[in-house]
Amino acid sequence: MSPPVRTKAPAWAIWLPLGLFLAFAALVTIGLLRPADRTVASTLIGKPMPAFALPPALPDRPGLGSADIATGKPHLVNIFASWCIPCRVEAPQLRALAGAGVPIVGISVRDSTEALTGFLKENGDPYQRIGADDDGKVQLALGSSGVPETYVIDGRGVIRYQHIGEIRPEHVAMILAKLQEASQ
Amino acid sequence: MIAELGLAALWMAAALAGLQLLAGILALTGRGASLGGIVRPVAAVQGVLALIAFLCLIAVFATTDLSVKLVAMNSHSLKPLIFKVAGTWGNHEGSMLLWVMVMSLAGGFVALVERRLPEPTMLATLAGQAFVSLGFYAFLLIASNPFDRLSPVPEEGNGLNPLLQDLGLAFHPPTLYLGYVGLSVAFSFAIGALVTRQVGPAFARAMRPWVLGAWIFLTLGITAGSYWAYYELGWGGWWFWDPVENASLMPWLAATALLHSVSVLASRDALRAWTVMLGVVAFSMSMIGTFLVRSGILTSVHAFAVDPQRGSFILALLAINIGGALTLFALRAGTVTEGERFALVSREGALVFNNVMLSAILGIVLFGTLYPLVAETMGAKVSVGPPYFNPMGALFAVPMLVILAVGPMLRWRRDSFARVGRSLVIPAMLVAAGIIAMVVVGGVGLLPTLGFALALGLGWASVLPLKGRNLRRTPLPIWGMVLAHFGIAVSLFGMSCESAFSVEKLVAVKAGDATAVGPWQIKLDAVEPMAGPNWTALEARLLVRYGDYGKVTQLDPQSRSFWAPPQQTSESALLTRWNGQLYAVLGGEADDGRWQLRLWWKPFVPLIWLGGVLIALGGLLALLGRVASDLRRIFAREKIAYRRGRMADLQRAQEGEEP
Repeated sequence: MSPPVRTKAPAWAIWLPLGLFLAFAALVTIGLLRPADRTVASTLIGKPMPAFALPPALPDRPGLGSADIATGKPHLVNIFASWCIPCRVEAPQLRALAGAGVPIVGISVRDSTEALTGFLKENGDPYQRIGADDDGKVQLALGSSGVPETYVIDGRGVIRYQHIGEIRPEHVAMILAKLQEASQ
Repeated sequence: MIAELGLAALWMAAALAGLQLLAGILALTGRGASLGGIVRPVAAVQGVLALIAFLCLIAVFATTDLSVKLVAMNSHSLKPLIFKVAGTWGNHEGSMLLWVMVMSLAGGFVALVERRLPEPTMLATLAGQAFVSLGFYAFLLIASNPFDRLSPVPEEGNGLNPLLQDLGLAFHPPTLYLGYVGLSVAFSFAIGALVTRQVGPAFARAMRPWVLGAWIFLTLGITAGSYWAYYELGWGGWWFWDPVENASLMPWLAATALLHSVSVLASRDALRAWTVMLGVVAFSMSMIGTFLVRSGILTSVHAFAVDPQRGSFILALLAINIGGALTLFALRAGTVTEGERFALVSREGALVFNNVMLSAILGIVLFGTLYPLVAETMGAKVSVGPPYFNPMGALFAVPMLVILAVGPMLRWRRDSFARVGRSLVIPAMLVAAGIIAMVVVGGVGLLPTLGFALALGLGWASVLPLKGRNLRRTPLPIWGMVLAHFGIAVSLFGMSCESAFSVEKLVAVKAGDATAVGPWQIKLDAVEPMAGPNWTALEARLLVRYGDYGKVTQLDPQSRSFWAPPQQTSESALLTRWNGQLYAVLGGEADDGRWQLRLWWKPFVPLIWLGGVLIALGGLLALLGRVASDLRRIFAREKIAYRRGRMADLQRAQEGEEP
């Protein structure tokens, strides 16, 4: 026969909800007070991108390896996913960049072929290659903690700029300038 | 004039809330015992005044009084009347007034009806309710006055987001609000009980109908919201783990846990501190959800007017209400005496397990919703989606569903699995059969497989508590429990089938062309222009047939353009069969005269929402049963009192005759 369950909570547990709430309040206070946008310089800037090789995410085009990017011409590497809502927001900007002749390659994180196909049909398809990063390892190796993120990588494979979060219309000119810098 | 009347009613209601709080505190601290008597009537009048204020706002919206700023900002004279009225709560100020109105009415109702609790606990409860209301009155009157006038008066209003111009959505927020606000009553009861340290079965019985009622509305609200997102957004999905959806899911999870723990407290006098804490947490989740949605601190696909200034105000309210309640809880919970004990394997044990799992899922959803914010404070913008929520949620949902099949058959206090083991053989076999079937079909993910198998087993197990009972004498709450648990199985079945067997197709076709999706044959007959009261549209005429010999049915998906404000929406067309739904969306026109069509065949998808409705119906049965037995008890007590009175009269009469 099992012993009766203790139903009296220990003292620390009684204070735990308040502690969690205070942590929440602190977090959202910071969120409310913080200015809306901020640029953070990544430690990876100026370093060569790590070597990787990803299988194709879609049957109709090749996967993505680090060798495909270091081809002498600067590339945009866009880390995205069909389940990511900010990715929908940045899609028109990516299409515009692709339309301006920028080579864009994608790393799709934890995605399925069907979802990805649907996403591209709905939001446009600026990608020359898409690698499937099913466990997010390459994403982490590139120093990216979330989606979407976009890297400007020069022709030698050196990371020149990391854009965290979605590319908004006002960022397009800045990204074109970064690509211009990277090609020199 | 009407606007001023509404504003005056709102100010008076706020003043009465202040009076209610003050009188309650004075009576409780013994400095004005006589003041205790006015608390109940004041609460009732306060509710009526809040209702008047809300009716005034409806009136200015219905007549499109453009001199009221809120109407000018959110309404339009061309809008159909029903959407003008619904527009009252389709904006920030109006919805906050709706919130306060429902909360005050609920408080007034409690004040008039609830007589089971000791008077001090009742006073503390009403004072608590007044305190929370006061914060919202202040918020309305200081930071978001719905009755502000505008000068000069504009010629025409600014319309309403056409995405929101939809019947489902017109009644979706009020439903959720009724749920949120019902939880505010549970919150106040919890505060009252903490103040007087009287946590016991009477407290649980007083609180239970409110929790049940709130939970029914939350269930309906979430079900309706999910269906709305499904057919209105035109993305074919029914749950996106969007912050707004999570904001409605979190109070539901807390309320579900509370609903079960309050039952334990009512029938077995166990889980005292835990129930009180859930009472505080459930309403806190409603407020946190509202805050997250309104402050614009998180990005969402759902349109909602956001304003960081308001965010700070709600945050202050949150800090005072939730922080205060949890501090009170921490100070008092240790002094609430321990309830009855029970064995690990018992009905209580299963319910505690359910509570822990629900709380864990709540924690996961809350963390996932807030994580983008955490990341943002560290300079990164991220989106957390299904790859996190689905497996993490399932980690706790699967064990919970297993225990859900067993728990209702266990006895209170102490039991053994061996006793109930035999009746679980068939459900276990169904689960195994479900898994095998999915493996044989092949290509089905782990979660849909588990969901499918568990749905079969749970569907069977959920009706087992009725076995061996005289069905005519089975109390309504038992029927309610069975129905709600069966509803979970139904919903789960729909989710698993949708996820495992949906077929999607995107095609570009000319008028006269045919295509197929799943078992459906689809022909695009024509695309023609249409006009509505405040929109124009292109409407496709699709002739669809199930299989080779089915009846030909017409489907009319539209691509709509609203003109005030200008916006494009796609109105999907749905065709429901017993075994699923065909979902069609009309896209744009290509250069060569072909039209884009998105088609889905979603087997058993309507069961998701049917299950939700069954769950709510189960809650309704339980509520009716509880209220009926409460009423019987009240009548019985009155009868006894009446007889005693008669006896006393007779005695006195006899005594009078004797001398």
